[in-house]
Formats: sequence, C-alpha cells, structure tokens
Amino acid sequence: MANTNYTELIDNLIVAFNETFLMCGISLALAIVIGIPLGTLLFITGRGLFWQNRLLNLLGGFLVNIIRSTPFVILLVLLLPFTRLVVGTSIGPVAASVPLGIVAVAFYARLVESALHEVDKGVIEAATAMGATHFQIIKDVLFPEALGGLLRGLTITAISLVGYSAMAGIVGGGGVGDLAIRYGYYRYQTDVMIITVVLLIILVQILQSLGDFSAKKAEKK
Amino acid sequence: MIEFDTISVRFQHKKSAVDAVKNVSFRIEKGEIFGIVGTSGAGKSTLLRTINLLQRPTSGRVLIDGHDVTHLQGDALRTLRISIGMIFQQFNLIHTKTVFENVAFAMKVAGKSSAEISTRVYEALELVGLTDKASVYPSTLSGGQKQRVGIARGIVNNPQILLCDEATSALDLETTDSILALLQEINRRLGITIVLITHEMEVVKKIANRVAVMSGGELLELGDVFSVFASPLHPFTQSLVNRTLNLDLPTRIVENCKNPLVKIVYNGDHAEHAIISETVQKFNIDLNILHGKIEYIGGKPFGVLVVQIVGEHAEAEQVLNYLKEKTYKVEVLHG
Repeated sequence: MANTNYTELIDNLIVAFNETFLMCGISLALAIVIGIPLGTLLFITGRGLFWQNRLLNLLGGFLVNIIRSTPFVILLVLLLPFTRLVVGTSIGPVAASVPLGIVAVAFYARLVESALHEVDKGVIEAATAMGATHFQIIKDVLFPEALGGLLRGLTITAISLVGYSAMAGIVGGGGVGDLAIRYGYYRYQTDVMIITVVLLIILVQILQSLGDFSAKKAEKK
Repeated sequence: MIEFDTISVRFQHKKSAVDAVKNVSFRIEKGEIFGIVGTSGAGKSTLLRTINLLQRPTSGRVLIDGHDVTHLQGDALRTLRISIGMIFQQFNLIHTKTVFENVAFAMKVAGKSSAEISTRVYEALELVGLTDKASVYPSTLSGGQKQRVGIARGIVNNPQILLCDEATSALDLETTDSILALLQEINRRLGITIVLITHEMEVVKKIANRVAVMSGGELLELGDVFSVFASPLHPFTQSLVNRTLNLDLPTRIVENCKNPLVKIVYNGDHAEHAIISETVQKFNIDLNILHGKIEYIGGKPFGVLVVQIVGEHAEAEQVLNYLKEKTYKVEVLHG
C-alpha cells in the first residue's frame, strides 16, 4: 500500500467535492428547469386529462425512455460530440454536466409525472368545476398538492446524480467518485477509497434527510 | 332554471359503448332543492356533470335560464362554471392550502381582488360556522367540517346554482343531518337553486322539494317528493321507497298469519285522524298492529301501518272497504 499524504488528500478532496457539487448542481438545476415542465407535459397530455394529446404524450414518453434505457457510460460517450458543441470541451466538470443533466432531466421528468399522478383527481375536478384555467390548476392545485412528491423525486434524482457523477470521471469530469477510483483503485490506496466512500455516504445521508424533511413539511398532513 | 333537453351521454370504450344517460328531459326550477336519486351507475352523477359541463352530453342540450350552454368553450365556459358552485362526496379540498386559502382560491379563479377576497371568505366561513378554522389545514378537520369548507367554497362566488354530488354519502347520520340543514338554510336565505344527487332516499326526503328517480340512465319518474313517496309509480321507485320505510316483516309472521294482513298507507289529512280506533269501534273487531311508521315529508304526514284484521271473514271484507275509503291506499299482503 502506498503512503498517503493526508494534507494532499484533503486538498484533493476539497477539489473533488467542489467538482461533484458543480456537476450535480448544474444537472439538478437542469432537472428542475426542464424536467418539471417535461414531466408536467407528460402528465397533462395523458389519458383523461385536460391537455389529452396522445401524440405528444407518446413522443415525450419515448424520448424520456430512450435516455433512461441507455446505460449512462454509453450515453456519456455518445454525447461527447454534443458536449463539445455546447461547452466547447469534453473535459472537466462542466462538460460532464451535459450528459449528467440530460439524464437528470429524463429521470426527474418521470418522477414528476408520477408525483402528479398521485394528486387526487377529485381535487383537479373541483378546480375545473370552479372555472379555473389550466394554468391556475397547474400552479395552484397540481404543484402544491404534488410538492411533497416532487421534493422526494428531487432527492432521489440528486442522490442518483452523485452516483452517476462518479462515472463522469471517465471522461475527465473529476469529482469525488473519480478521486476514489484514481487513488483508491488504481493506486491501491484503500484508505483513500474508504474515506471517500464514507464521505459519499454522509453526503447521501444528508441529501436524503434534507429531502425527507422538506417533503414532510410540504405535505402538511 | 335548468333544463335538460333530450340529454344522452355515451361513453365510448375500445370495443363497447356505455349509455350512461339516455334521452333525459326535465326542468329544475329556480330556487328549488331538486333531488336526483338512483343506485350507483344510474347515470345521475353523469347527468349532474352536464350542468357545468364537466361532462359534455353526446346529444341534447342543457339550458340555464333559457341559454343553451352545451357548447360553451374557453372563457365563456369558465364564466358559467364560476356561477355554479359544486360540492363533492370526498370534499375535494386542496390539502396543501388552509381553509381560508381553499375558499379564497374559488374567488381568485373568479378574478376577485384580494381585498374583496379577504372579507368575503370570512362571510362564507361564518355562514358555514367555521371562522375559527380559517388558518388550519383540511387534514385536521372532521368529515362534516371538510364538507362545510366545500360548501363555503361552493357559495363564495354567490352562484345561482349549487350542485351536490353525493355530498353526504361519506358522512355519518348526525353529520349528514347538519349538512342537510345547512344546505336548506343556504337555499332559503340565499335563494340558490340546489341540485343534489344521492343514492339515499332519506336525503331527498329531508330537504328536496322535487325528485327525479333514475335507473340505468333513464328518468323513471319525477314529481314532488311527497307524491313520489306516497305513491311511487315505477317498481324501482317503489322498492326504493319501501327500503326507506323498511316495513319488512319477518317471514315467520307472514307465513303463520291466519288472518288478513293489510298495509295501510295514509297521507296528508288522513294521517291525523284516529282511523284505527274508529274502525275497531265501528266493526267490533281487533286490529293488531304489526309494523308501522309515520314520516313527515315537507311538513306533511305520510304513514304506513301493517295490521292484522282479527275477526270473521265477512267482517274483514267490510273493514277492508272501510279502510280503503278512509285512507290513501290499502294493500292486502296476505289472506
């Protein structure tokens, strides 16, 4: 086992965590900004809802499924030209955020859709009977009623992203996972591996608790 | 005034079609409490939903105050819906909004200013007796309180019409009575036309002025509640009424009965006379009362007695004729 220089390790960890946060942050932001509208579209174009549109629903669903059924490592490679086009480079955490973001959007869109499905149809009917516009129903009924589910979905997405971001290290994305593989695996520094894994466990735990807490608060039950 | 003009609703599934409402026509007058009864699947809920077009009829027209609303779209449809309140069996409150916000949402939808909302919501909550619950979330309320919020929400925009979709079916008996009393008060004080659908004859009997009976998507009969109760024409209505009167005798009694067994139906004036004791004195026989009930529908008495005539056969015949003459209806159940 190689000797570990702990001050160097701490520096590396700080850099790695920053990269992880950057990758996950960007892709999570994309998940919120694009995934919520996409998931909402999937929901309201579904059967029996006010924007029922089979074509749009199938198309959206198909797109999401393609992304979700492609293994992330393959998607990472497939998207390299696109990443280069968007960011100008295919290396670094910002570049890794492109495939991560696309996966996050597709992943979260489905979770948004299923969270909206949990909303009591009777409440939607009541709002329709009141004369609410579609926009009012989405804004004042669907989103508030589904907020707990939306936050739980976001938690799941964030935690999955932490895992995926480790793979992003393959294309030079960096991050904590990459650090664990480079030092812990390639250099046989098991202690580095253990430390990073423990830190990742703590990170995931924090995310989960934060998500549970905010979801519970949003549900008002 | 609401008018159904040959309304039919057909639900088309992949291979089969279901006719939920078949060619129904009738009118609901302004200011009345109108009940639509029927078992589940009778089409009553579908028919109710054609009034605010939550369900568009497949054919036929819905007229409100003489205006054909059947094909309204967009803003015109929303304006119509704002003028029609609706309450539901499962209350359908927004769980993540407080009682105040729930009621306020209906006004927000109607485009009211927040100043107007803050005063009017409290008026509506006061009417239903829930001002102290304004800032709580629905999950902390009882079923009856939730329905009161539903009612406040339904009337806050001063609608002409209030639609009640099985509004008391999820509530216990006592709560049902208090909700029905509240609906009646709203009808009297505000003059709102109330259309309620229910599978319980009891509900109709307690507050409705007129009733329509539906089964299998068809309108079977329609009339003021008293006459539908006192003399139901259709066998389906008869069974509904009988069920609420609950005059089933144990078969043991009916089978072992050696004397004529008759069902006497009184209504209106008859019910207040001492017919039984008169008959007993006049014919010198015994009348053994086995079952009976007197109900007051809209303040008018309506009673049913099942009696056994104990006497000679010839006398029994005379007694029967006398009773027929003096009461609304006599039905021989046995002998």
